[in-house]
Amino acid sequence: MSVVERPRTAPVISTRMLRSELRLIFGRRRNIAGMGVLASVPIIIAVAIAIAGTPEAGEGPTFLSQVTSNGLFVGLAALAAELPLFLPLAVAAISGDAVAGEANIGTLRYLLTVPVNRTRLLAVKYAAILVFTVAAVLLVAAVGVLIGLALFGGGPATLLSGSQVGTAEGLWRLLLVCGYMSVCLAAFGAIGLFVSTLTEQPIGATIAVVGLALISQILDAIASLSPIHRFLPTHYWLAFGDLLRDPISTDLVLTGMLSAAAYALIFWTAAWARFAGKDVTS
Amino acid sequence: MTRGTTADAVRSDRADELVGAADPAAGLAVSSQGLTKRFRGGQVAVDRIDLAVPAGSVYGFLGPNGSGKTTTIRMLLGLIRPTAGTHGLLSQPMPARAADVLPHVGSLVEGPAFHPYLSGRDNLRRLDAADRHADPGTAKARIGAALDRVGLTAAAGKRYRNYSLGMRQRLGICAALLQPRRLLILDEPTNGLDPQGTREVRALVSELAASGVTVLLSTHLLAEVEQICSHVGVMHRGRLVAQSALAELRAGSAPRVHVTTTETVQAERTLTRLGLRATARDNDGLSALIGSADPAAVVAALVHDGVPVRAFGVRAPDLEDVFVGLTGEGFDVSG
Repeated sequence: MSVVERPRTAPVISTRMLRSELRLIFGRRRNIAGMGVLASVPIIIAVAIAIAGTPEAGEGPTFLSQVTSNGLFVGLAALAAELPLFLPLAVAAISGDAVAGEANIGTLRYLLTVPVNRTRLLAVKYAAILVFTVAAVLLVAAVGVLIGLALFGGGPATLLSGSQVGTAEGLWRLLLVCGYMSVCLAAFGAIGLFVSTLTEQPIGATIAVVGLALISQILDAIASLSPIHRFLPTHYWLAFGDLLRDPISTDLVLTGMLSAAAYALIFWTAAWARFAGKDVTS
Repeated sequence: MTRGTTADAVRSDRADELVGAADPAAGLAVSSQGLTKRFRGGQVAVDRIDLAVPAGSVYGFLGPNGSGKTTTIRMLLGLIRPTAGTHGLLSQPMPARAADVLPHVGSLVEGPAFHPYLSGRDNLRRLDAADRHADPGTAKARIGAALDRVGLTAAAGKRYRNYSLGMRQRLGICAALLQPRRLLILDEPTNGLDPQGTREVRALVSELAASGVTVLLSTHLLAEVEQICSHVGVMHRGRLVAQSALAELRAGSAPRVHVTTTETVQAERTLTRLGLRATARDNDGLSALIGSADPAAVVAALVHDGVPVRAFGVRAPDLEDVFVGLTGEGFDVSG
């Protein structure tokens, strides 16, 4: 036979499939275009302000008024602007595609007969969603920082509590914000993974998950529903502002991370329960 | 291939057991007992089938579209759960031992499926990367060899979406050959291939079988079974209506005489008088089981009785006749 090797004993831990999964995600034109959209927001913000001048404080989205005082704020303003829709949309596109996309084109049956254990498949898919989430958030921040520093320069940054910090401290705070947003969006990605196991239509899964994020934000804005607000998946997302105070206020951020962990655990388990015994007829 | 730890060695020994000489189901590469699938709508797609695919055979899993072949294959591979019954691959219970068994099984299920925007080679890389048992060090060589084997080397760099149906089918078979296999489960492997491609795939299957690989090949083409299979199982409306070595199945049906004539009434009378049974009229005459009668004497008797015999023949039934006999209907889509 011209094929030489016998199936060998499997290594306990291998990142080969995860790396393949990431190549699939980051090599796909649709996703590259999507990341281009994410990266365009800080550029649009920076260029618009450079041309039209600083908006009055309190006018427009958060942080915009501080952009000209320090370029770092472009990254922050872009993250804040993309958090309600663009970033969830990106995470929903990847997570909604995770299982439903493979089912849709039929590759799921061939992965399972390789064989790839179903739990392992979900774990690899979720790990790839996590990597993408972090990459998307960092991309927005990095593009914002680069163009911000180029157009407006660095210098001392004024925090929400009024005190000023240097560029290094400012960058560190921005990184903390990125970390917190990634945690929030990663939990959201677990919801996407679960919905992705319910259908063979990846677009349907993506729309459903984005819809969920929007409904959650609408409910969060209705004051009379405040008793249920803390259970909404998007409720703590805006707590990232607390990372920009001096000293950092951790109460809400820690609660937000707890909420994210709970959502991730519940929906990953639900995805597993759904997928582990599912008939794959696609 | 190094065995680093004792645990590895133990696991590896277990994999070697898959040939399983001591097992009662040994000798069967695929076996099932009462395997049944009832879908949620209540439709019974597969109805209590007992498959027995001997190791080393080329088993033609024959049946019209919609007879339950693909559903059976999905159950065999653990993609869908049987409603009832048990089954095993390579003498190991499935799906309990799927992780140990499936690395030895290559499959093509309901047509090829790949990522359209990746090249053929990148699609194979992807599948190989998903295989925990695959050695990344040999991936390039194995992928190259498999591509070569199905004649896709020249097109390996093209995106899958630009492949013709035949090329897609070849890539599917190629993926099943990334590792040396003990069992190949191929669902309609010549679907969409041109005559040349069909010949090549059949030759490939025969070659693999000659090297000791068991092949379960589902098909709705009788000719395919007649050309390359040693065994056959016939599916009809979810039931396995026959299963045996191909030669036995053929032998089970006795040869018949066929008389082409306009005087069917007199001819039938004559044949009956001679002791021929199971006479049946058709468009241009009638036929009957020849039994032990001498064909020459039959012709003489017909002529003597004034039957205008325009043609006369004795025919061993081909597989199509056998199939019609088993299912009571022609070879087309059953509901």
